Amino acid sequence: MKILVCVSNVPDTTTKVTFTENNTQFNTAGVQFIINPYDELSLTRGLELTEKLGGTVTTITVGLADTEASIRKALAIGATDAVRINAVPTDAYFVAEQIAAYAKAENFDLIFTGRESIDYNGGQVCGLLAEMLGLPSVNVITSIEIDGTTATMERDIDGGREKLTANLPLVVSAQKELTEPRIPNMRGIMAARTKPLKVVEPVASELTSAAVGFELPAPKGSVKLISVEEAGSLISILHNEAKII
Amino acid sequence: MTTNAQEFTKANKQDVYNHPDYYLLDELLSEEHKLIRSTVRDYVKKELSPIIEDVAQKAVFPRFMVKELGELGCYAPQLPVEYGCGGMDYITYGLMMQELERCDSGVRSTASVQGSLVMYPIYKFGSEEQKHKYLPKLAKGDLLGCFGLTEPNHGSDPGGMTTNFKPAGDGKHVILNGAKMWISNSPFADIAVVWAKNENGKIKGIIVERGMEGFTTPETHNKWSLRASATGELVFNDVLVPVENILPGVEGLKGPLTCLNSARYGISWGALGAAMDCYDTALRYSKERIQFGKPIAGFQLQQKKLAEMITEITKAQLLTWRLGVLMNEGRATPAQISMAKRNNVDLALNVARNARQMLGGMGITGEYPIMRHMMNLESVVTYEGTHDIHLLITGLDITGENAFA
Repeated sequence: MKILVCVSNVPDTTTKVTFTENNTQFNTAGVQFIINPYDELSLTRGLELTEKLGGTVTTITVGLADTEASIRKALAIGATDAVRINAVPTDAYFVAEQIAAYAKAENFDLIFTGRESIDYNGGQVCGLLAEMLGLPSVNVITSIEIDGTTATMERDIDGGREKLTANLPLVVSAQKELTEPRIPNMRGIMAARTKPLKVVEPVASELTSAAVGFELPAPKGSVKLISVEEAGSLISILHNEAKII
Repeated sequence: MTTNAQEFTKANKQDVYNHPDYYLLDELLSEEHKLIRSTVRDYVKKELSPIIEDVAQKAVFPRFMVKELGELGCYAPQLPVEYGCGGMDYITYGLMMQELERCDSGVRSTASVQGSLVMYPIYKFGSEEQKHKYLPKLAKGDLLGCFGLTEPNHGSDPGGMTTNFKPAGDGKHVILNGAKMWISNSPFADIAVVWAKNENGKIKGIIVERGMEGFTTPETHNKWSLRASATGELVFNDVLVPVENILPGVEGLKGPLTCLNSARYGISWGALGAAMDCYDTALRYSKERIQFGKPIAGFQLQQKKLAEMITEITKAQLLTWRLGVLMNEGRATPAQISMAKRNNVDLALNVARNARQMLGGMGITGEYPIMRHMMNLESVVTYEGTHDIHLLITGLDITGENAFA
């Protein structure tokens, strides 16, 4: 079983987001970066599968050298080896193209992405990557089991749950319920020191999109308290003042 | 005897701690240091923060964590890999203690005792057989250890100890008699590293195992401090201990004092962690708590407290980091370690008290960690060399004059 897990390097979930360059660039000053939480789930599920079935888990990250702290963490959690495509991940198409170029020659049985990265939330890499590799894809899965060359998965759908199968090789994207993330331990961190981290130069790719500008949501308004006696006025306030109904 | 995390009530509040780093000292750490720190922090936030308040309120030792801290690698991470330890540096060890004490001094105490006071003497003074027999199991948390030095009548003056052993006459055993007091981990410990005088009055280390006849470990109840860690006595009543359990490599007070150096080093990082947690809590609270129409962070008297806290914390962070570098180079002196222990515990107590005031009544409750830290620190300022004794160590070091007695 040869598994590839796509790992994004994203701002910590508690980051206060600000922008620079006339609101076209995310301001990374003082920001802590972490492994994209959905990718951490993918990684853990990948490890669980190979622990049961044997095999390897490779991680791949599109990013510059500053992403290596997250990559080392992925290795400390248990990945066999890691690949870094030495380029700024400009958009989903670019990222998918880079990963596809590497994955093509490697014949992975199963490729995981997160359902989305928690920074730009595009949620496109899974589908794009599968298309570029000519593989089937199933996104937003909440469980996956492998039996021979068949994967059985579950995913949430409107008002219920879908159970489906697909043949390997396959590209999937992970949803929250997939598994519990694993915390690395010191032995894992030590082992990560000597695990291979291969740096690969990007393939040529045309830029297909560019961010024109970002906007922060309006600051939260203050709370208006209504006394119990005036509860009846709530509807008219929602109508006339808040204008939301 | 509680063993499962499920037996404790989980707090509703999320632990949102982030360490203050005013002078960008993280830049002095390696990526690996930071990864280890975030690993311990993630573990604490996931497994310990939700239950620590309930654990402390109930004063029940969270025994499940002994194994988990072992799996994480928190016991003597600086000792060599061949004995099942981490082979890491002293800054790693310090950061781990800082993250654990940031949660609770009792949690850090459990790890400190195991790593510095049980594993370290076995590593430093033990025979190869003793090292291979005990260290890997202690590192994994399969065994829990404790350290017996202090006696009911000999605290700051350990050289006066009366616990003693003499040959049993069979050439294979010694007979141990005496009692030790204020021993962290004792009620649950599988082994105890005990310091006792031999028939010539020389202090030796000896490993006592639970189950040896005449060896008991009564628990000390009704503590207002370190309620998440178990404290007790060690009582030896004609205990027959095999001679191969005596640590061959050291004689005299140097033995226990060497262990205390290693533990005090960990405490200096740990106490700073408690201070950082109190500061982080008070800063966040001050921005959210509205009085007289604005956040209390906007009032001068509160800013004075916060500004003084971060100043003291930053100074201590520098001192502690530098001490770590000296430890890595094998150049740190016991007096330097004393200074860091004394300074950091003292500042942690002051930060805790000021932070408690800022939170008003809320600071009294278990909704926030401050009062728990403050009470814990009253033990930390007392054990492993009291505040006053450390001052005398510095005094002796700079003047050459002994003012102890």
